[in-house]
Amino acid sequence: MSEKVLMKGNEAIAEAAIRSGCRFYFGYPITPQTELAAYMARRMPKIGGVFLQAESEIAAINMVYGVAGTGKRVMTSSSSPGVSLKQEGISYLAGADLPAVIVNVQRGGPGLGGIQPSQSDYFQATKGGGHGDYHLIVLTPDSVQEMADLTGLAFDLADRYRVPAMILADGTMGQMMEPVVLPPERDAAVADKPWAVTGTENKRPHNIINSLYLAPDVLEKTNDERYARYAEIQAKEARWESWMMDDAEYGIVAFGIAARVAKNAVTHLRQNGIKAGLIRPITVWPFPTSAVTGACARVRAMVSVELSMGQMIEDVRLAAEGRCPVTLCSRSGGMIPEPQQIIACVERLAKGGK
Amino acid sequence: MAVVFSKPKSLTDREFHYCPGCPHGIIHRLVAQAIDNLGIEGRTIGIAPVGCAVMAYDYFACDMVEAAHGRAPAVATGIKRALPDRIVFTYQGDGDLASIGMAETVHSAARGENITIIFVNNAIYGMTGGQMAPTSLPGQVTQTSPYGRDVATQGYPIRICELLSSLDGPHFIARVAVNNVKNVNQAAKTIEKAFRNQVEGKGFSLVEVVSACPTNWGMTPSKALAWVSERMIPYYPLGVFKDADEKEDRA
Repeated sequence: MSEKVLMKGNEAIAEAAIRSGCRFYFGYPITPQTELAAYMARRMPKIGGVFLQAESEIAAINMVYGVAGTGKRVMTSSSSPGVSLKQEGISYLAGADLPAVIVNVQRGGPGLGGIQPSQSDYFQATKGGGHGDYHLIVLTPDSVQEMADLTGLAFDLADRYRVPAMILADGTMGQMMEPVVLPPERDAAVADKPWAVTGTENKRPHNIINSLYLAPDVLEKTNDERYARYAEIQAKEARWESWMMDDAEYGIVAFGIAARVAKNAVTHLRQNGIKAGLIRPITVWPFPTSAVTGACARVRAMVSVELSMGQMIEDVRLAAEGRCPVTLCSRSGGMIPEPQQIIACVERLAKGGK
Repeated sequence: MAVVFSKPKSLTDREFHYCPGCPHGIIHRLVAQAIDNLGIEGRTIGIAPVGCAVMAYDYFACDMVEAAHGRAPAVATGIKRALPDRIVFTYQGDGDLASIGMAETVHSAARGENITIIFVNNAIYGMTGGQMAPTSLPGQVTQTSPYGRDVATQGYPIRICELLSSLDGPHFIARVAVNNVKNVNQAAKTIEKAFRNQVEGKGFSLVEVVSACPTNWGMTPSKALAWVSERMIPYYPLGVFKDADEKEDRA
């Protein structure tokens, strides 16, 4: 099962989802994630799964809510404007403690924005997005291989913690083709889910999937219980890659396509005699705070490289706790920073600039 | 002592929160009775709306899901696709089904999802205190049409059965009322048929139940039932609007 194949990132997510036991997919067309839906439309009917093109992203996420309630693995995917439409349903999934996987292949915004790659849905993905107190588990692949690997992980984490998980990719990750080793086929029968609605068979009291609690003290208790799970996720599930950070004097924090550009910049900077390194968050919720905090005590400055007007930088600053200056180096609107821009930014810092 | 009347076993012992004179209690009973009669309680999954029936999940003894406002048919679609051998029904009001959830209603019907929808039309938003509904009658006074629904600015009511029966997808579309014993008996039969259709794999079945809201109509329960006969039913005529069984019989 370790054959290497050449695939688009969008397709790698779809195939990895199927191999992770997902047999239900609901979506609505939007660029640049279309290949994912098209792949599901081709594959699902052949393996006894369900592909359904919903009337809207709103309907799609609510179909996801229905399947998730039955305890089966289910996925939806979209891109930024479509993910905004899903926010109501995502809040309900979180409120009803339902596991599901949502893929956002981000494009530039706000509004209709553009169709080129972006990371400007970081706030929406990591800070809630919909109404109420909640978080998603948010995974950020930086290669087609990780598009596949993190998809399986997203299903596992969602099931383990009863928290919806999001793959926060971008147009480049979705569209680029790379060799990928696909995960092995796993059984669709997953974790025991005694809370699922499957019909009582007149053998147990009825199960209720719900997020309504009119008594405020009861609602507060459900939030407290959920936040205890979030604390466990923060303690156990933060993932990141530390690259050339051991002796680094200048640290870069970047994820997804930005991290790949940043690695290029780090190599060049080291050739020029500047000790740079990279912390690449693989989860942005939970954010790898301890890794960034630790690094900030050792480096002279930290640079947040993003495809946005500066969103992740707020988490980097919080993690820095004032230990070092934190600077933004970014492009937005669908533009991707070039290594030269990052190199220039770090060189400026090395000369005492800001 | 002989028991002469009992509660369907598909209802829990939970006390209804509905206002005095509200027909939701009757309609819940009819749904539960249909489930009992077909012997499907153990394999039925119900979906509660947002609106007065929001807490229906506490009243029906089968597995239940609370949906976001208007999204019950999409949630039902997901559940039915995941568990095709389960019986899946939604219970929705007029604001939920005919306003905010219109897209989900029309498209689940167009897809011919094998689900059962119980649509309670009382021409008003009850839960939020009596605002104009998509089914409020022309001239009807509500909190948000205080001078009466003016069709020039607030548009006309929507007749859901007539609208959906123009689609090829649905199997069965009917409108009933619960304002008198005769109509309640007819409603019982029609609701049971809508569930039986699903058991037999026939497809999308929707029953609109013309109901009343004494509290927000500002009427006594008996006056509200009279208003159903005098004003509601003339605008929303009762009957079967589509039945693919009969079409097959004729063919």
